[in-house]
Amino acid sequence: MTQKIVIADDEPNLVIPLEYMLKREGYEVTIARDGQEALDAIARVRPQLVLLDVMMPRKSGFDVCQALRADEANRELRILLLTAKGRDDDVAKGLALGADAYVIKPFSPKELVAKVRELLEGAA
Amino acid sequence: MNTLAGPLVIAAAFAYLLLLAGIATLADRRAAQGRSVIGNAWVYTLSLGVYCTAWTYFGSAGRAATSGVWFLPIYLGPTLAMVLAWVVVRKMIRISKTYRITSIADFIASRYGKSPSLAALVTLITVVGIVPYIALQLKALAGGYALLTTPVGAAALPAAHWWHDSTLYVALALAGFTIVFGARRLDSAERHEGMVAAIAFESVVKLLAFLVVGAYVAYGLFDGLADLAARVRAAPALAPLLRLEQGGRFAYEQWFALIGLSMLSTIFLPRQFQMMVVENVDERHVKRAAWAFPLYLLLINLFVLPIAFGGLLIFGAGRMDPDGFVLSLPLAHGQPVLALVAYIGGMSAATGMVIVETIAVSTMVCNDLLMPWLLRTRRFGALAAGDLTHTLLAIRRGAIVGVMLLGYLYFRLAGEAYALVSIGLISFAAVAQFAPAMLGGIYWKGGTKLGAQVGLVAGFALWIYTLLLPSFVKSGWLAASLLSEGPWGVDLLKPERLFGMGGLDSLTHSLFWSLLANAGGYVVASLVRRPSGQEASQALLFVDIFERSVVRRPVFWRGRARVPDLLKLAGRFLGAARAQQLIDEHPQSGAEPGVADARLVQLVETQLAGAIGSASARVMVAAVVEEEPLALDDVMRMLEESSQLRALDRLKDDFMASMSHELRTPLTAIRAVTELMRDDAQMPAAQRAAFLDIVVTETERLGRLVNQVLDMAKIESGHGEWHTDDVDLRELLAHAGQTTAAMFKERGATLQLRLPDALPTLRTDRDRLLQVLLNLLSNATKFVPREGGRVELRLRADNAGVTVEVQDNGPGVPADQQALIFEKFHQGGDAANRPQGTGLGLPISRRIVEHFGGRLWLRSEPGQGACFAFFLPWAGAAEASSRHTRHEGAAA
Repeated sequence: MTQKIVIADDEPNLVIPLEYMLKREGYEVTIARDGQEALDAIARVRPQLVLLDVMMPRKSGFDVCQALRADEANRELRILLLTAKGRDDDVAKGLALGADAYVIKPFSPKELVAKVRELLEGAA
Repeated sequence: MNTLAGPLVIAAAFAYLLLLAGIATLADRRAAQGRSVIGNAWVYTLSLGVYCTAWTYFGSAGRAATSGVWFLPIYLGPTLAMVLAWVVVRKMIRISKTYRITSIADFIASRYGKSPSLAALVTLITVVGIVPYIALQLKALAGGYALLTTPVGAAALPAAHWWHDSTLYVALALAGFTIVFGARRLDSAERHEGMVAAIAFESVVKLLAFLVVGAYVAYGLFDGLADLAARVRAAPALAPLLRLEQGGRFAYEQWFALIGLSMLSTIFLPRQFQMMVVENVDERHVKRAAWAFPLYLLLINLFVLPIAFGGLLIFGAGRMDPDGFVLSLPLAHGQPVLALVAYIGGMSAATGMVIVETIAVSTMVCNDLLMPWLLRTRRFGALAAGDLTHTLLAIRRGAIVGVMLLGYLYFRLAGEAYALVSIGLISFAAVAQFAPAMLGGIYWKGGTKLGAQVGLVAGFALWIYTLLLPSFVKSGWLAASLLSEGPWGVDLLKPERLFGMGGLDSLTHSLFWSLLANAGGYVVASLVRRPSGQEASQALLFVDIFERSVVRRPVFWRGRARVPDLLKLAGRFLGAARAQQLIDEHPQSGAEPGVADARLVQLVETQLAGAIGSASARVMVAAVVEEEPLALDDVMRMLEESSQLRALDRLKDDFMASMSHELRTPLTAIRAVTELMRDDAQMPAAQRAAFLDIVVTETERLGRLVNQVLDMAKIESGHGEWHTDDVDLRELLAHAGQTTAAMFKERGATLQLRLPDALPTLRTDRDRLLQVLLNLLSNATKFVPREGGRVELRLRADNAGVTVEVQDNGPGVPADQQALIFEKFHQGGDAANRPQGTGLGLPISRRIVEHFGGRLWLRSEPGQGACFAFFLPWAGAAEASSRHTRHEGAAA
């Protein structure tokens, strides 16, 4: 079964390469452009992993994270936080809210793919 | 027992005073050369040593001889006080420096709405509480002199007529010294470098003298401290002195009352406030003093017990006055030189106190009692229409002599009376009454003038009733029945057992009642009535002093004043040259020439406050300013504005974080696509091209960001390039419409222009204004609905200038966002358009409009769309004043 990933980020120019490389790795990718779209997409697609940008319109990555973890249905969902600020308290907050891992922008595609694979292997 | 020749002692005393004057002169001269000697934390610390008066120098041994270790709380208190100094004293220093406060009376009056009545009240308490304390110092000088020069058994005090009394001449010499170094010129900062240096020197002298005498007693008369201690323990009469409980119960309440009292005195005695706060030149000195001043106190107390016990062992109890042990011990053992050194040490303790206390008290008397009264009398106003600086100086000098003579008079009248002997602690208790109003004033915004008045009056009245009155009774000046039976025989009103409260010593009892009534009255009365606008604004300025030094100081002043009026006013109190300098240094930002802006008015008031006290300064400035009364609502509004300012400050702190976010986002995209391309040689050409497009757009975005940041920086620093030209706004708006037409089309939105038929040209920078228009229009396209978006660009003109409005039918801007969107890097909502914005467009636009004397604002009701508008005056800001004069010229 193909594993499904939702990318939630409001920067189209970042989403394009992310989508490209994850598809190349064989994942099925869905795009969300803000926090609310992300929640809708996750409920619809039921992915194994979500790439979550922290700074998004409407609902921030933190809000989405909290909402996801509040729902028992998402227990198996892996959350990978994309944070632009390398601030320790952002990372700590994200992990406290239930994110499984984080990467700090600007990141290398290889690094990101490795992290995604690692998280999904743990899930399998 | 040996004696010294009177003339020798007097000669030594005057030689010492001359030396003091020399040091002060030297320090003043060095200060004038810019090589200040008091810009040094050690000098500051030593100057605080003025705490140790003759009462310490002679009296500590006296106290120790009668009650052993009970001399200690007076020195433990300051040690504890200094622990808190960094917090409390530093705040007082910052407040006093900022608002040119020169005395405790001024401090309290200024805090509670610059109230003249409060200033007078505090001054009254100070004079009543402190003048006897000055008398005590004079008594110590006279007593020491008598002890050195008259054989044992002869009259202890000179019975001579007052004109034969050397103490009078010492007092006058001290007054002279105080005038020369304390009131030579009128300084609005009320700082006296020479005096501070002299006091620091005195602290060294008294410490060394006391240590020398102590060492002599311990090691010369006895075989060291161990020997002394052994002998004391062997003497049944002396052994209990070494214990806290003194053979009875340990009166812990008295112990702590004394510690608490001396803690308060460390800060609120006028001389301490003068040295610690007014004369402070650098807040950081407090840090050193926090440990070095307690160390000084430790050193000066080192030999108190040895001297006391040495005296008791050698002379036997009751035969010699223990207060004189410092002098009589060396004298009795044939050491006249040492006795003279000891006397000079005591003299340094006494004179230091007298000088500083006199400066502090006379400043209060002059600024807070005489000036407000004089300024109100019409004759004085007429008399002193011109330069008042000389009159002011004469009053100040008169006050110094007056305070000194008052002290001398009390000394002559009271003599050996209990009321004088015990005045040290009584004075402490008087100034302790300032604590609630002072501490409440800098930590509690709710404290009001009424509260301070009620508290001070209640505390002062109870202090008189429970402490001063009994001291008069014990001096035999009032009937003893007052204490034993209470007034009119009412038991509950017994001054030392008020409301039947017994079991406490009289000092603790008095402190309990007076401070309870004082603090209670302060809090309750403060809560009863809302503060006036003036009080509330002062409360804010005092309590938030540290926040306020970071943010610009808000101006709590409404009204207008003419510059020549202010100049004249300032000239009268500061001298014409200084006043002119003040005005010159402060170019007016206001558009109207000759009218002072609020900041200048405030500056003049602050400078005057230094010279004549804040309450008087207030009155004087109010006289030349057409002031609108400041209502509480205004203050609340200003308060809100200042908290908004603070919020904006925090936003500035976020600048770096936002900046790094703005840089990282495009960098992330560029890095991702370039790495993908590098690692995949087989990537299809179409994919490669799409990725390269991303690199191009993101690089453009970075470039735009860099340009705008530079642009912003240039405008903010005043280095922006401006090309002013006659601009046809109708043409410019049409051009902006055409430029953005493609953008509107892409969004499926329409742009409507509403322009007047004809319009004169406006002098402005065409390109910059176009930049503003394009920014507002492109913002509008982002927020209108995807289909059916409508934007209107309107232009209106009136006599004052032109108004341009950009109205959209988008969701509008929520109220809590309206101020924020003008902040750097703050971006409004929609995701899809993010890459276009840098978050700098609106802040830059606003700066541009403001550069031409206009303003840019937003009007938006949620759901009703947003309307960004800017107004530009026909004359740009830079040309406003010249145009104004041209008009006047035309009229003439």
